[in-house]
Amino acid sequence: MLKLKELKASIGEKSIIKGLNLEINPGEVHAIMGPNGSGKSTLANVLSGKDGYTVSGSLKFEDENLQEISIEERARKGIFLAFQYPLEIPGVNTSNFLKTSLNSIRKANGKKELDTISLIKLIKEKASELNIDEKFLSRQLNVGFSGGEKKKNEILQMKLLEPKLSILDETDSGLDIDALRIVADGVNSFKNKNNSFLIITHYQRLLDYIKPDFIHVLSDGKIVKTGCSDLAKELEKTGYKNFN
Amino acid sequence: MTMKPKEIDKLKDYKYGFTTDIENIKSPKGLNEETIRYISKIKNEPNWMLNWRLKAFNRLKSLKEPNWQKPKYPKINYQELYYYSAPKSFKDKPKSIDDVDPKLIETYKKLGIPLEEQKRLSGVAVDAVFDSVSVATTFKGELEKLGIVFCSISEAIQKHPELVKKYLGTVIPITDHYFATLNSAVFTDGSFVYIPPNVKCPMELSTYFRINASDTGQFERTLIIADKGSYVSYLEGCTAPMRDENQLHAANVELIALDDAEIKYSTVQNWYPGDEKGVGGIYNFVTKRGACRGKNSKISWTQVETGSAITWKYPSCILQGDNSVGEFYSIAITNNHQKADTGTKMIHLGKNTKSKIISKGISAGKADNTYRGLVDISKRAKNSRNYTQCDSLLMGNKCGAHTIPYIKNKNSSSTIEHEATTSKINEEQLYYCNQRGMDQEEAVSLIVNGFCKEVLQQLPMEFAVEAQKLVSISLEGSVG
Ligand SMILES: Nc1ncnc2c1ncn2[C@@H]1O[C@H](COP(=O)(O)OP(=O)(O)OP(=O)(O)O)[C@@H](O)[C@H]1O
Ligand SMILES: [Mg+2]
Repeated sequence: MLKLKELKASIGEKSIIKGLNLEINPGEVHAIMGPNGSGKSTLANVLSGKDGYTVSGSLKFEDENLQEISIEERARKGIFLAFQYPLEIPGVNTSNFLKTSLNSIRKANGKKELDTISLIKLIKEKASELNIDEKFLSRQLNVGFSGGEKKKNEILQMKLLEPKLSILDETDSGLDIDALRIVADGVNSFKNKNNSFLIITHYQRLLDYIKPDFIHVLSDGKIVKTGCSDLAKELEKTGYKNFN
Repeated sequence: MTMKPKEIDKLKDYKYGFTTDIENIKSPKGLNEETIRYISKIKNEPNWMLNWRLKAFNRLKSLKEPNWQKPKYPKINYQELYYYSAPKSFKDKPKSIDDVDPKLIETYKKLGIPLEEQKRLSGVAVDAVFDSVSVATTFKGELEKLGIVFCSISEAIQKHPELVKKYLGTVIPITDHYFATLNSAVFTDGSFVYIPPNVKCPMELSTYFRINASDTGQFERTLIIADKGSYVSYLEGCTAPMRDENQLHAANVELIALDDAEIKYSTVQNWYPGDEKGVGGIYNFVTKRGACRGKNSKISWTQVETGSAITWKYPSCILQGDNSVGEFYSIAITNNHQKADTGTKMIHLGKNTKSKIISKGISAGKADNTYRGLVDISKRAKNSRNYTQCDSLLMGNKCGAHTIPYIKNKNSSSTIEHEATTSKINEEQLYYCNQRGMDQEEAVSLIVNGFCKEVLQQLPMEFAVEAQKLVSISLEGSVG
C-alpha cells in the first residue's frame, strides 16, 4: 500500500528525514517510536502532503507517486492523519465539518453525497461507539475541547472517513486510561485486512491494546531498528540510548 | 459614467449579469424640475406628493455630496442620468400577473423569484421592482384579509394617502443628506407595508430590485409601518446586469415601529460588483433608517452585502420609545476592487433602550472594507446598553479592513461595550481541512461561513441557505 524509498525531507536548511525506507502492506499495523525531535510528526506531515517541505526519494501509495498529488487528493485516496495537536477552527460547527469532509471524499470517489439526516445519524452512531457525547457535535471544532477530547474527535473522523491508511500521531498521549481503551477498541473494530495503520507513539501501553505487526525505531530521521512487539517492551526498559 | 451601454461578453462570473431586451419608457434625461414633474405626472400622483418632491429638489440644490466616507468614486454627472425608466408594456399597468410581459416573468424566473402562481406556494410574498416600477405583488389577497397593506409605494400614494402622508419622511426627512434628499425628489417606486395593530404577519414579505436599463439610476423608496403590537419580517434582494459603466442605486428605506411592535428587515445584496479590474458595477448609496417610536418596540437589521462596486450604507435605529431594542447584524464581503463602507447608527433616546451590533467584514483581493458605527446614548436614555462586536477576516495581503467606532455616552447609568477582532484565514486551518478531503474552495467556504454564522442565523431559513452560497461564490478563487 505504502512504499517509501530513501525518503528525505527538509525545511529550509534543516534536514529532518534523512533517508527512510518503509513498506506497509494492506492489513498491517506499524508502530513508530523514537525520541522527541527525531522526525515522527514530520514523516506524518510529509505523507499527508503538507506544504513547506523539500522532499526527495520515492513515495508510492498504491503505486501512485504521492509527490504529484495534492493534500486533499491524498485524503480522498484514503490517507488519513490524526494530528498530534488537532487544530481549533472557531466558528465551524463540528458536525458541519465532518459532513463537509465526508461528502468531499464521497464525491471524489464517485459516491452519492449523504443528506444531512443520514449523516447526522451516522456521525452519532460513530460518536457513541467512542463514548463521545452528542453535545460535542454541535460545538465549534475542537474549540475548548480538552486534550483527550480532541484526540477522540480525531478518531471519530477516522472511523467516519474509513481511510485505507491511518496515521495516528501520538493519539494516545493525553488520554486517560478509559479513553485509551475506547480509542484502541475504536481502532481495533475498524481494522481489517484491507486497511493499514501507522501508529506513532511514545508508550508501550497503547501497543498492548493495538497489536502492531512491526515496530520501528526512528532516530535522527532514519529507521534504525525494526522488530516485533517485544521491541516496545525492550525500549520501555532501556530507552533510546542504544540507538543514538 | 460612459454613455454607451456596452455589454460585457464574459458573463460567467456574475450569474445575474444578463439583460432583458424590453422596450423602455424613459423620463427626459437629467435632473431638473421638469424630470420631477414628469415622474409625478406619469405616476398620476396627487398634488401634495408633487409638492413634497419639489420641496426636496429645492433643498437638494443647497446640498453637497458627502465626502467623508472612505471609498472615493469618480464624479457622478447627474445630468447624464435617466431618473425614470419603465418597461413600455407597463404604461397600462398590469392588473394581474397574467398581464405582465412574459419577458419580465422570464427575467424573474432566471433570478429565482417566486412570482408565478405555482411558486406562490413557497410562502413568500414578493413585490418586484424592475428598474423603476413595481411589477407585481403576490399574495395580496391573503394579506388583505388580515388588514395588511403590502403594495408598491405608488399604489399606496393613491390608495392609502393618509398613511403615506402621516409617515413618509418622518424617519428620513427631506432635509437629510444629499443622496437621501435626491431620492425624495426623484424616487420612482418601492414597497409599502402597513401592519395593523396586533397582527403578526404570517409570511416573509419580500421585494426584489433589479436594475436593467442602462444609464438609469434606481431610486426606490420603501416605507414599513408596524402598528402597535404587530410583527413583520421583510426581505430585500437585489441584482443588476453586468455593464461596464457604473450605475447608481440610491434608495431610502424608512421603518417605523410603534408600541410593542417588531420589524425584522433583512437584505441580501448582490448588485454587480464590477469586473476583476474594477470596471463597472453598482454604486450602492442607500439610506436605511428605522424608528423605534413606541415603547418596547424592536427593529432589527440584517444585511449580507456581497455585491456593488462601492457600498455605502448605515442602516440605523432611533430608539425613541422606552425599553426599545435595535439590532444590526451585518456581513460585508469585498473582493477584487470592491469597496464597502458600512455600519450602523444606534441613537438611544428612550430609557432602558438596548442595542446590539454584530458586524463581520471579509476582505479578499485588493478590496477595502470599513466598519463605521455610531452609538449615541443621550442624557435621557438612562440604563441603556450597547454591545458591539466587529470582526474582520482578511484573505491575502493586499486587502484592507478598518473599524471606526464613534461612541458618545452622555449618562453614567448606561454602558457601551465594544469588541473587535481581526484575523487572517490561517494556513494551518486550511491544511487541516485539506487533510480531511476538502479542496481550497470548500475549506474557505466552510471557515468563512463559520465566521459569519451569527449573522446568517438571523436570516429567514430559506434565505440563509442562499446567502451561504452567495458568501462562498463571492470569495471563489480568492485564496490560492
Ligand atoms: N517548521 C520547522 N522549522 C524548523 N525546524 C522544524 C520545523 N518543524 C520541525 N522542525 C524540527 O524537526 C525536528 C523533528 O520534528 P518532529 O515534530 O517531526 O519531531 P517528533 O519526532 O514528532 O517529536 P515529538 O516526539 O516531540 O513529537 C525537530 O528538531 C523540530 O524542531
Ligand atoms: Mg511529534
